[in-house]
Amino acid sequence: MKITIGATVTEAGSSVRNKTGGWRNMRPVTDLAKCKRCGICIIVCPDAVISMKTREEGPKTDYDYCKGCGICANECPFKAIEMQQEER
Amino acid sequence: MAMKMVLRGNMATAYAAKLARVEVIPAYPITPSTLFPEKISEFVANGELKCQFIKCESEHSAMSACIGASATGARVATATSSQGLALMHEVVFIAAGLRLPIVMAIGNRALSAPINIWCDHQDTIAERDSGWLQFYAEKNQETLDLMLMAFKICEDHRVLLPGMVGMDAFVLTHTMECVDIPEQEEVDRFLPPYKPVYKLDVNNPMTFGAFSSPDNYMEFRYAVHMAMESAVKVIDEVFEEFEKKFGRNYQRVVPFMVEDAEVILVTIGSMTGTAREAVRLLRSKGKKVGLLKITTLRPFPKDLLKKYLKDAKVVVVLERNISLGFGGAVYPEIAAVFANAARRPKIYDFIIGLGGRDIVVEDIVKVYEIAMDALKAKKAEMVEWIGVRKDEIEVIK
Ligand code: SF4
Ligand code: SF4
Repeated sequence: MKITIGATVTEAGSSVRNKTGGWRNMRPVTDLAKCKRCGICIIVCPDAVISMKTREEGPKTDYDYCKGCGICANECPFKAIEMQQEER
Repeated sequence: MAMKMVLRGNMATAYAAKLARVEVIPAYPITPSTLFPEKISEFVANGELKCQFIKCESEHSAMSACIGASATGARVATATSSQGLALMHEVVFIAAGLRLPIVMAIGNRALSAPINIWCDHQDTIAERDSGWLQFYAEKNQETLDLMLMAFKICEDHRVLLPGMVGMDAFVLTHTMECVDIPEQEEVDRFLPPYKPVYKLDVNNPMTFGAFSSPDNYMEFRYAVHMAMESAVKVIDEVFEEFEKKFGRNYQRVVPFMVEDAEVILVTIGSMTGTAREAVRLLRSKGKKVGLLKITTLRPFPKDLLKKYLKDAKVVVVLERNISLGFGGAVYPEIAAVFANAARRPKIYDFIIGLGGRDIVVEDIVKVYEIAMDALKAKKAEMVEWIGVRKDEIEVIK
């Protein structure tokens, strides 16, 4: 790593390279059969890592960055997200 | 030709900021530094200085604004004192870590409690480890000159650190002295515009103030330390260039009658003039006394202190600060210079003139006598408070 003057990050958007998913202890697993596609989890995720392209696909969690905070599971009105122990 | 003016120390630093063509000055007034923003606002209102003068709601905000402005690549200055500097403390460290060459004039004043607005070095001593260069002026001419040089030193790409110029509260901030004001063209030739290495720019986005993990924090801190170390050379170069261009000599440590001295006094700031008088008086009585004035406390001038002090029998450190529970702050640093030396002088510490108490020639003569007695008694170490009325102090047993 280059130790820049003043710890300046000289390139915009470089934080995508920092995969923070490794911090996760609990993994949110979405049961698409229970999920009603309401989109609440997408809004409440503090890391903005849940996205939904089509109704058919349903909400998708990007595990490269999901930190396992459990907010999505807590807020899902249909209890479609279950927090499971991360295995490493 | 350069102009001479009768100026207060605060005003002299405001003139320095104007001559340096400072572009942003965020400030919050505090005694005894208030005359700086006052004079700057006058310059700006008169159109004499083209600069963003930001009136902030606190010193913490003022330093935060300095950081933001400096990060855009602007030349930035401010002034504060005592509690104001203490309130800035958190962001003072950030300015250094971000490597922003902000220059700040300090009216050196005591810290509360009890509240006291007079001369004392405790405020800047408390920021000693922040990564700011520290200069201390003895007289008003030095406040202006050191402020001008501080920009050039701090902005040098081998340094890129902020710097503070200390001047004693009231003794310098409010006392009028004749000050030589250099010509603008001369200053322009000495001090070109600041060229940042990185800057905040919407067309080339960068992140300032990023997070650092245990894996790389030490490297960033080491880089700041290295910049401090290379500042030594840069300071010497700039002092030399300044002397060539303006005819006034500056040194990180200024010796006075030290060649054959057995006892050497070490001072900072305005007490130096008084100490010089005391040295002359003692010399007239045949005492082999000398004096060293520390101009730059950070980076610490260990090379010069070693050079001048190594042959002395006694080093007497006079301090307008107190690290409570230990002694003066400069004393252990000078002792450390000789920690591994085969031959070393005795080093005695004197706490004097706190909270604006006058330091007169007789006080310094008394310090000398106490030190000589201690030497005769072969005292290994000593931290002595001068002029304290110990019998008046309430003690609960
Ligand atoms: S666990 Fe937290 S971070 Fe991960 S998807 Fe849910 S809300 Fe987002
Ligand atoms: S909050 Fe629950 S139901 Fe709504 S989209 Fe997310 S997982 Fe599906």
